[in-house]
Amino acid sequence: MTFLLRRIAFYALTAWAAITLNFIVPRLLPGDPVTALMGRMQGRIDSNAEQSLRVLFGLDQDLSLWQQYTAYWAMLFRGDLGLSFTHFPTPVADIVGQALPWTVGLVGVATIIAFVLGTLVGIAIGWRRGTWADGILPVSTFFSAVPYFWVGLITITVFAVNLRWFPSNGSYDRGLVPAFTGEFVGSVIYYGFLPALTVVLSSVAGWILGMRNMMVTVSSEDYVTVAHAKGLPGHQVVLGYAARNAILPQVSSFALSLGFVVGGTLIMEMVFSYQGIGYTLYQAVSTHDYPLMQGCFLVITLSVLVANIIADFAYVALDPRTRKED
Amino acid sequence: MATTTTLSTGEVTPPPEVRAAALTPRSVLASLRRFARTPRVGQRQRKPQRLLFLRNTKALTGLGILVFFALLAVVGPWVAPYDPNQVSPDLLQAPSLAHWLGTDHTGRDIMSQIIVGTRGVMIVGLVAGVSATVVGVLVGVTAGFVGGVGDETLSALSNVFLVIPQLPLIIIIAAQLPSAGGMTVALVIGATGWAWGARVLRAQTLSLRKRDFVEAARANGERTWRLVLAEVLPNLSAVIASGFVGTVTFAVLSQVTLSFIGITPVSEWNWGTILFWAQNNMALQRGAWWWFVPAGACIALLGMALALVNFGIDEFVNPRLRSTGLHARSLRRRGIRPRVGFTPVAREGRP
Repeated sequence: MTFLLRRIAFYALTAWAAITLNFIVPRLLPGDPVTALMGRMQGRIDSNAEQSLRVLFGLDQDLSLWQQYTAYWAMLFRGDLGLSFTHFPTPVADIVGQALPWTVGLVGVATIIAFVLGTLVGIAIGWRRGTWADGILPVSTFFSAVPYFWVGLITITVFAVNLRWFPSNGSYDRGLVPAFTGEFVGSVIYYGFLPALTVVLSSVAGWILGMRNMMVTVSSEDYVTVAHAKGLPGHQVVLGYAARNAILPQVSSFALSLGFVVGGTLIMEMVFSYQGIGYTLYQAVSTHDYPLMQGCFLVITLSVLVANIIADFAYVALDPRTRKED
Repeated sequence: MATTTTLSTGEVTPPPEVRAAALTPRSVLASLRRFARTPRVGQRQRKPQRLLFLRNTKALTGLGILVFFALLAVVGPWVAPYDPNQVSPDLLQAPSLAHWLGTDHTGRDIMSQIIVGTRGVMIVGLVAGVSATVVGVLVGVTAGFVGGVGDETLSALSNVFLVIPQLPLIIIIAAQLPSAGGMTVALVIGATGWAWGARVLRAQTLSLRKRDFVEAARANGERTWRLVLAEVLPNLSAVIASGFVGTVTFAVLSQVTLSFIGITPVSEWNWGTILFWAQNNMALQRGAWWWFVPAGACIALLGMALALVNFGIDEFVNPRLRSTGLHARSLRRRGIRPRVGFTPVAREGRP
């Protein structure tokens, strides 16, 4: 219980840090959204309009930093993330809210598949160290060394452009109306297959490597030798003794590297023009839409925090030592 | 980050090393020597240790590739066959003798772009790696050595930075800067990417702090800064090196990604810029594979080289990862099936 309380306190701290960072970064950096907007429109906005733009975006008031900060928190508690510049006057919260389910679906499913698959393969090759199975290591090294988006480009070339098996972009057939029908769900799976495959391909290597190294380290422990000496069948030693202990660091590293994996998969959405948070962030960056950028970052960070909390609950379930009252 | 750093902490204790090393006379001697030597790094026997690292094929291959790219980064602009910005009438040509890696949509030579772009990638990797490592060492070693409230605060800080997704953070910082050139990006990456190294270093420092040789030095009345610099830091060198290599990998990938999504100025050549032009000019749909495959392959090659060096360091530090790996082939030749948990013993000289 103490463990969970400590973790929850830590996540509260992290959430506060992320939100404060989100508040401070645009105010510390040089540059001004209105000037940027004027520059982007290249004279199509009359320079007299600058002042009215400032009023429109709420940048005209002379508030102290502290007042701005409290106002920012008040806005957040109302679920208000400001208005998007490019899709003016659509609230950022609406745009992000539409994009989020797609990302959670795609990235969530793909990451869980990659984690489970990678851990299983890691157990297998960690146990059979020194056999042909070690040949998987160089391959997985290659995949952990290439950027996610490049793997995306290659899979598009092979499966979408050359073989024409899957569509190269989008998230569902535009001819269909979004609804819970078999046809629409099928279309979503069909369009999501290639991005998901790419995410799995690029992130599975890390899990394989981590699990393999933990298996190698754990399996020269005394309790594994004792299990062997007792004459237990091999699979029981692997799963009940070695893998069971090796998986703990794997779960905690799942929590830690989630931010990294999510960052990479967001780029994947940009490559596939998949209508999730990553693609929204990409559009916001290329149109200098600061409120939308900030909103995306905040939602991404908070989602990663939630995933971390879930990973921590899994850790508590797996490791009895954390449940011990002291 | 977890994909590259796999050091398990607390692996420096000697007895398991002796137990886990394959039982060839030489390796037993080597690990016994290491056992005898653990308290002081850098006395006798230094040479065999260094040679051990260089005898590792993985590390050597990785270092070789790194040296190649470093040379290319230095001499790139002079050896490139064309000016990377020079427009020519050969639009979107497939690789030929005149253009080894073809041309892009305005007839610019892609091989020259890759060669000239190497410098940008290497410099960003180096600057980001060095700055992140410096911050990581400062935070991690201080946290591990000071303990108490200072430790709690610094660990919380690095954990916060670990949990916040770095790439989106770097994107929103870089996108709001008026000009996000190579150096700026490198420093932003350095400022956000130190946390993993700090975490690993803190754990390692914690285990070193209570060792007998540190206690002995403390009892001798050594000052704290000398304890840290002369006793603790040398024993952390492998961890620091592996953290550095990991950060460089991350920095290279991040910078290439930033260029690919068009945040860094497109006039500054690096491998990501090439991919940016390729993606925005329908290279995929036009089937212009020479436009995006070589640049990506270079990134992969550099990343693999860094990963190989890291494997070398890992195996150097953690002999359990090394022992049977080195002898897998010879074991197989003798018909021994390696099984985890056992150290294979072969009876030599039997008929």
